[in-house]
Amino acid sequence: MRVAGTKLVVGRADDFKDGDRITVEAGNGRQIVVFRQNGGFHALLNRCPHRGAQLCKGRFIANITSDAVGEYVFHGENRLLACPWHGWEFDIATGQSYFDPVGTRARPFAVQLESGESVREELESGEASYTPAEYAAHVGAGPDDGPQPGPYRAETYEVSVEEDYVVVSLRPARPARPPRPVPTIKEEAIG
Amino acid sequence: MTTALLEQTTRQQLWTGAVIDVDVHANVPGIESLFPYLDDLWVEWIRERAWRGPLMPNHHYPAMSERAARLEWRPGEQPAASSVELLREHILEPWGVERAIVNCYYGLDGLRHPDWAAALVSAVNDWLIEEWLSKDDRLRASLVIPARDPEAMIKEIRRVGDHPGFVQVFFPSRSDTLWGQRMYHDVYREIAKRDLVVGLHYGGTTEGAPSSNGYANYLVEQYGAEWQSFATQVTSMISEGVFTQIPDLRVSVLEGGFLWFPVWGWRMNKEWKGLRREVPWLDRPPLDILRDHFRFSTAPIDAGPPELMSKALAWVGNDDMLMFATDYPHRHDDDIAQFLSLLSPEAQRKLMSENARSWYRL
Repeated sequence: MRVAGTKLVVGRADDFKDGDRITVEAGNGRQIVVFRQNGGFHALLNRCPHRGAQLCKGRFIANITSDAVGEYVFHGENRLLACPWHGWEFDIATGQSYFDPVGTRARPFAVQLESGESVREELESGEASYTPAEYAAHVGAGPDDGPQPGPYRAETYEVSVEEDYVVVSLRPARPARPPRPVPTIKEEAIG
Repeated sequence: MTTALLEQTTRQQLWTGAVIDVDVHANVPGIESLFPYLDDLWVEWIRERAWRGPLMPNHHYPAMSERAARLEWRPGEQPAASSVELLREHILEPWGVERAIVNCYYGLDGLRHPDWAAALVSAVNDWLIEEWLSKDDRLRASLVIPARDPEAMIKEIRRVGDHPGFVQVFFPSRSDTLWGQRMYHDVYREIAKRDLVVGLHYGGTTEGAPSSNGYANYLVEQYGAEWQSFATQVTSMISEGVFTQIPDLRVSVLEGGFLWFPVWGWRMNKEWKGLRREVPWLDRPPLDILRDHFRFSTAPIDAGPPELMSKALAWVGNDDMLMFATDYPHRHDDDIAQFLSLLSPEAQRKLMSENARSWYRL
């Protein structure tokens, strides 16, 4: 797999059923989880910004908002991914959290569908990931079972130029965020 | 002059700036002192029953306990803190108080008769106006309300809430139902409309257990751990969205301690992040809401050893949260001089007067 590259070919779009998810290695120790949810494709760094839990193990939930006590607006499209550890919620399209939209977000990656022709180079050189079905068959586990070693270097990966492929745009790893400022406290009180 | 709170120092050595005392008590000296403010019907009602007044005050403040009144503040014949003259002698003069906020816990929340309770509540408020507010310009007061009846609360707030001496409405820390619940939201609207403060103060019906596990057998359990009741009320008011509905509402926690609130806030913030959808009207962390809408009196201080206390004070997080109180005539054994020595000069100034001045619009 070409780590320095800018795009990661995950698999054929038609192999993803709605609700499927797949976790792939993206170089530099990064894992990316790709979802097909509500028909669209989304990708997040597989790491909760809170304590590093694997977001691929999270469940999708509906957002609920309110303009007043006792009034609920139910957003039924299930676009919030809840972290498996503490339930922090992230919008899968933007990575945005709802309890701290400015300071806390999961890291999103852009996902496009590209024609087989445009990703022929990656596919022929074996730099494509499994489809969820191939993944499961290979490791004997379901696609929800977390990240697996990969991508598989398919020596004879069949390229179908008529089909669309799911492609994640990679960016350099982001530098670690500096620690958040602590509330101002009085020198005298600290002693 | 040295007062009872300043055993080792003087007021001027302690603090040369202004003092605003947000919690001094006025005790109804006896049921007869309310007769001038009661209709004949209720005077007759009281006489017929040979009623000596509600039992709650003695329950919360056993009369001969120093928690109820320091020995040096017991005037002999009269009950402690039962007249403005005593307050002047013990607090206003020696402390050079600029303003003091009078809280009267007479325990009328214990009465079940809705009309009798409302009549007595009105009598206490009229007594506060006549016997306290009109006798000393330095005084402000909390009006009391019938604690079991939201409609009657609103009626009483409308009756006396525009009196310039009332800056606060007294809510006992224990209640039959949690103060955040929706039946009280209209009460808070009446309070906020008048720019009054909710004063959440120690006390309340014995039917409201002091903990979720029920009742304590001893005063030390009840009084020493009363912060649990306060924390439960604060949790309720925030979770129920009171401050979403009434963004201008302010609440003072009086005689409830304060060092518990940062710990409470850390936990609540954690839980809120994962349980947020259940209370979607909470659009920011509970501790942020508390910092904007709550202030705490400094009696009791909850002080531990000084070197630990300075760390714990840093948890409070800013200089705006605390307001000085003597809690006259109760005894707390707090060392106010040592406490102030842990604070920066600016924090001392805010605590002794300026936080209360802006909070109560004094």
